[in-house]
Amino acid sequence: MRVGLAIVATTAAVFMTAASPTFAQKHGGTLRISHRDNPPSASVLEESTISVNQPFMAAFNNLVVFDPSEKINSPDKIVPDLAESWSWNADNTKLTFKLRQGVKWHDGKPFTAKDVKCTFDALRGDGDEKVGIIRKNPRKVWYINLKDVATNGDNEVSFQLGRPQPSFLSMLAAGYSPIYSCHVPGRDMRSKPIGTGPFKVVEFKRNESIKLVRNLDYWKKGRPYLDAIDWRIVPNRSTRMLGFGAGEFDMTFDSDVTFPLLKDIKAQKPDAVCEGRPTNVNSNILINRDAPPFDNPELRKAMVLALDNRAFADILSQGNDLDGAAMLPPPAGVWGLPKDMLATLPGHATDIEKSRAEGRKIMASLGYGPNKPLKVKIATRNIAIYRDPAVILIDQLKQIYIEGELEPIDTTVWYAKVQRKDYQLGMNLTGVGVDDPDVNFYENFYSTSERNYTGYKNPEVDKMIDQQSAEVDRDKRRKMVWEIEKRLADDGARPVIGYNVANTCWTPQVKGLVLQHNSIYNGWRFEDVWLDR
Amino acid sequence: MGSYLVRRFLLMVLTLFGMSVLIFVMLRLVPGDISDILVNAAGIADAKEKAKIAHELGIDQPIHVQYAQWIGGLTRGDLGYAYVSERPAIEEIAPRIPISAKLAGMALFFAVLIGVPFGVISAVRQNTGLDYFLRVISLSGLSLPSFWLGLLVLMASVHWFGTIPIYSNEPRSFLQEVALLSIPAAVVGFRSSALIMRLTRSSMLEVLRQDYVRTARSKGASEVSVNYDHALRNALLPVVTIIGIEAAFLVGGLIVTETVFNIPGVARFLVEAILWRDYPIVQNLVMLIAFVVVVVNFLVDMAYMALDPRIKFAE
Repeated sequence: MRVGLAIVATTAAVFMTAASPTFAQKHGGTLRISHRDNPPSASVLEESTISVNQPFMAAFNNLVVFDPSEKINSPDKIVPDLAESWSWNADNTKLTFKLRQGVKWHDGKPFTAKDVKCTFDALRGDGDEKVGIIRKNPRKVWYINLKDVATNGDNEVSFQLGRPQPSFLSMLAAGYSPIYSCHVPGRDMRSKPIGTGPFKVVEFKRNESIKLVRNLDYWKKGRPYLDAIDWRIVPNRSTRMLGFGAGEFDMTFDSDVTFPLLKDIKAQKPDAVCEGRPTNVNSNILINRDAPPFDNPELRKAMVLALDNRAFADILSQGNDLDGAAMLPPPAGVWGLPKDMLATLPGHATDIEKSRAEGRKIMASLGYGPNKPLKVKIATRNIAIYRDPAVILIDQLKQIYIEGELEPIDTTVWYAKVQRKDYQLGMNLTGVGVDDPDVNFYENFYSTSERNYTGYKNPEVDKMIDQQSAEVDRDKRRKMVWEIEKRLADDGARPVIGYNVANTCWTPQVKGLVLQHNSIYNGWRFEDVWLDR
Repeated sequence: MGSYLVRRFLLMVLTLFGMSVLIFVMLRLVPGDISDILVNAAGIADAKEKAKIAHELGIDQPIHVQYAQWIGGLTRGDLGYAYVSERPAIEEIAPRIPISAKLAGMALFFAVLIGVPFGVISAVRQNTGLDYFLRVISLSGLSLPSFWLGLLVLMASVHWFGTIPIYSNEPRSFLQEVALLSIPAAVVGFRSSALIMRLTRSSMLEVLRQDYVRTARSKGASEVSVNYDHALRNALLPVVTIIGIEAAFLVGGLIVTETVFNIPGVARFLVEAILWRDYPIVQNLVMLIAFVVVVVNFLVDMAYMALDPRIKFAE
């Protein structure tokens, strides 16, 4: 009888736990997180840095969002957000969303389809809308295929595309695609934004703190669990780490803990939960292919052959950084080249000595040698994460008779210098907002993109990018993406030297946090996070 | 005395005017402006967007017009709008001034409290074990960079007490604020105290060998009276000068301490504003610092007269 009761009780407990996981969650508490720097503004649409996304994404909703409970963002893991459902027309050129009703902005005004139209008209740079909501638009290129946004009443909105583009939904699901309201001016969105999200921004004190409190009118009932999120801006990394160790913070800033620092954290706080994952930020080389000497494709090829990506990873991240081409490699990357194919690309070979011998041969044929090295300047932003790989690059280029000199550039004039093509080689970091070929290729390699810093122009590659973008069959598309990756590597278009892997730590009391493994810019809604204390 | 004060006042006004021109021009000579930085921060280099921002902020106007607008605003008490936060500059600057002022004041208090008596002791006990010990301490104060000392203090605090004395939340009471600022103030003040201690020592040694000190001793004055009433007062002139210089340095020189201890004060804010080319913030803060330095210098000059009645300012 006792055994029978125990079985029944255990079964009931297991059933209850499985059927209703929310039983365990606790409401309340303030999550304290350290922030690494002063965000340029609070306007997610206008900025391109995790410093903005991580604290402010929680104030917003998108139409759709990557499933926050999944670690990998992929097109088949997109869930409704402000949209309840969506549908494509027969030729995949019109995407219609049915919007959630009863949603309110943080100032109490109702959310309608008009707000969606306002947001995307601004992003398309259409008319006066842009003036009011945003003054910068770093992701304009995401929406080059978006021809019109039309509302049908307050609860339906349609996006008319110029051609089929399956990735469009992924772009809408990104942390960089929140819906803004029509009635809040850009100046307010940059300092104290109004959204529909689970948390309201109550204060953004520059150099000091960002405070968010629970949105009591949040449309998702029972969420968020936390009462507040308190971000403390601590520019000194040592102070941040010591603060986490001393219990001042419940969580570190995203990817703030390098592998050498991880040991210190574990020593100071043995119960800390730390997760290392790819950030989808890659270090790459900008090559000025419009001016001598790198206008010579042979020289570009020789330079790429000198690269030893494993050495970069060993020095910069104790071997944890990932080798990859234009797209983040698997398993975290959904679209990247498999290892065996990657090894066939210039700059990614396993036999480095053989590659370098080939590189030296090319250099010799161009008239360079140990007694007549090619002298070049390697420009980079004067920030450690940029400078360090640049220094290693200088060392590696010596192997093929290229004598590099580091040219550290003040960060304020870096992009202007790059745009003027006032460099020979440059070391750059590129963060990819969504692990998606359209986002990456159109931003960084399409001939008309503002963020195609090297001005790489190849009409054939443009055509290949357009073709993969329109392809609905995912397997077929993946193969097209791989072809583009190979082509970009052969052309020496922004050779990638590695994908950054870093750690984020939190105390064991922080529950429900799921880090996204193929983009650091997504998954910061914090609505499912709770504190067990 | 009256005409000296008038001349001194006019000189102060002239100095501040010169500073205003200098900082205004120098800021604009540095490559890149806020519009560059704002578009750079977004990872783009769109010339149209950059031009639009420059126009919105008025930095595309001729430099003399911008200068006139700034000075005109200053005379009306209008410091303009911060470029980055898009809020009135006064709202950004004002809350930070008391924090830095308290930190600098406490640091100076600590420096004088430690530096002067220990300097006197070191001089009076010249070439004894105590003198050597104090000289080693003062040398270490001058040699240890404050960022390193600050980090050592933080690490020691975490290691031994499991807590970190950083400014993570606004203090709720005066006592809490004093407790919060005392450690960083001690770190900054340590360096200043070392300087003051060394100068007090050398100045005291010189004075102690003067005839009037010998006379005081021969008249039977006590050692305390000789050291503190006769010698120290005369030895204080160079010390007051260095205290004035240190006070001026502390007003703008707290950047490292404010960063390490995460104190949201003026110095860290100023450096951040310089990096962002936030002209209204930088110009106004530099002018404020210049004003404080000029006033402190004036007060130091006045203190000379109080310390040594023989000093008379030329009419």
